[in-house]
Amino acid sequence: MKNSTLAQLTPYLFLVPACAIIGAFVLYPLLHAIGASLTEYNMITESRFVGIDNYEKLAQDPFFWNSLRNTLLYLVMVVPVLVIAPIFLALLVNKAIAGVKIFRAIFYLPVITSLVVTGLIWKWVYEEQGILNYFLINTGITDDPVAFLTDPANALFAVMAVTIWTGLGYYMVIYLAGLQSIPRHLYEAAEVEGISKWQQTLHITIPLLKPSIAIVAVMSSIAAMKVFEEVYVMTNGGPLDSTKTLVYFIYQSAFEEFEMGYASAAGVVLFVLTLGLSILNLFVLRKGK
Amino acid sequence: MKVRLLPLLLRYLGLLLVAFVTVGPFLWLLSTALKSGAENIFAYPPQFLPQQPTLDNFARVLESQPFLLYLKNSVLVAALSVTANLLFASLAAYPLARMDFHGKQLIFLVLLSSMMIPFQLLMIPVYNLAIGLGLQNSYLGLVLPHACTAFGVFLMRQAFLGIPRALEENAMIEGLNRLQIWWYVLLPLVKPSLATLAVFSFIAVWGDFLWPLIILDDPAFYTLPLGVNRLANTFSMDWRLVAAGAIFSILPILAVFLFSQKYFIEGAMRGAVKG
Repeated sequence: MKNSTLAQLTPYLFLVPACAIIGAFVLYPLLHAIGASLTEYNMITESRFVGIDNYEKLAQDPFFWNSLRNTLLYLVMVVPVLVIAPIFLALLVNKAIAGVKIFRAIFYLPVITSLVVTGLIWKWVYEEQGILNYFLINTGITDDPVAFLTDPANALFAVMAVTIWTGLGYYMVIYLAGLQSIPRHLYEAAEVEGISKWQQTLHITIPLLKPSIAIVAVMSSIAAMKVFEEVYVMTNGGPLDSTKTLVYFIYQSAFEEFEMGYASAAGVVLFVLTLGLSILNLFVLRKGK
Repeated sequence: MKVRLLPLLLRYLGLLLVAFVTVGPFLWLLSTALKSGAENIFAYPPQFLPQQPTLDNFARVLESQPFLLYLKNSVLVAALSVTANLLFASLAAYPLARMDFHGKQLIFLVLLSSMMIPFQLLMIPVYNLAIGLGLQNSYLGLVLPHACTAFGVFLMRQAFLGIPRALEENAMIEGLNRLQIWWYVLLPLVKPSLATLAVFSFIAVWGDFLWPLIILDDPAFYTLPLGVNRLANTFSMDWRLVAAGAIFSILPILAVFLFSQKYFIEGAMRGAVKG
């Protein structure tokens, strides 16, 4: 009797630590965040239920709309690059030539570097009298130094470039895994029939890479929705709020202005957008199959 | 012969170009960190190599900020988080892969969907919870949110699913209990997946910035990313020092990466296929 009770309990015992941690740090906070978004809550005075006031306030807050606009712009600009460019990178390193493993490792370096350091590196590269401007002027691409991070017209794009730089190696590896799962005999057959390399890439590689493309699309769009560190380190949201993203807005509302309820409402908007995006992506992927 | 050589040359040209864009910024940072105070770091045209390379900047960084303490904190938090994640994720994955019990589908589904929830939404209540539990300015506070990831459970479940059932049945006949089977029979067979998970969680914890930023206000618990950020705020005018601090904070993970590079890239590829 006792033995069978233990046997029945066993699976749950294995699950306890994981469920406790994920329950405490993901599921409970999720419910709490949704609840908090309906309150006025500043950590000092008692929280007060206000219904959908926070959402109404968001709808009328130009700073919120500005951050949402920046985040969506991020999504539209960064995701296509991060879906397409790493395919070429993966094709480059997918051939067993001398030194290719070293190149793979080099391309992966930005992935292991913390975003704070990456942000600082690029802040230095982007300096007005910095090295990038030197190259641009010397190669005749521009006449005058570009104010990458200090001109509101440029800053968001400059930060986007850093996000792309960091992501290339990461998604390259996902594509590399996809490429290596394509059966070799397909290419051998194409070779026999005299189909050119370029045609092989277009008609064998790309179609068979579709699952990887879908994964990268989902991952890079979720990542684009959550951009924070690059902005925090390089521009602090400036100049003139031109690089303030949705997560930056949430961070500031919560931890600089201590409007926790208001920030939670913005967080729920972020959640709904990410969820919608993932579902949309998965739907497109299913259809593509 | 000539026809075959051209695509190869083009390929190497492409590889070198990307390598230049990738490594260039790091090298420029290193060069800046090695320049002495007498050298103008804003010189035009830029001096690619330091005129008199010096380690002074590193010494000054270590004098002005407890970078060795930050390093210790980073190592400790990463080691604890990775160990906990490997342990708890593979524990939870075993029944989800191999046992029948009530609520299995539900638990799996809930865990899986928890991956979709952005930490940026959760950070406010998690912050409040951590404050309530007295976890502000503590190692436990830094580790706990990383101590078990749904991704880890998912990855390990996939790994266990690939092991033939016969092995487990044999072990049962020999009288091993479930915990023993998990430890002695299954875990040794999923070492590659454990390595993958270790690498993934290591990169995530090592580079984590947002969570330590909100849960710590005592620099004694700062990890390297926070230390570098603090350095940048303190010496925003002196890029030599900021560069030296940044290089210092890259070196440990770079060493780990060079040493176990194969696990990083192959592990990430395995993660991509399984995920």
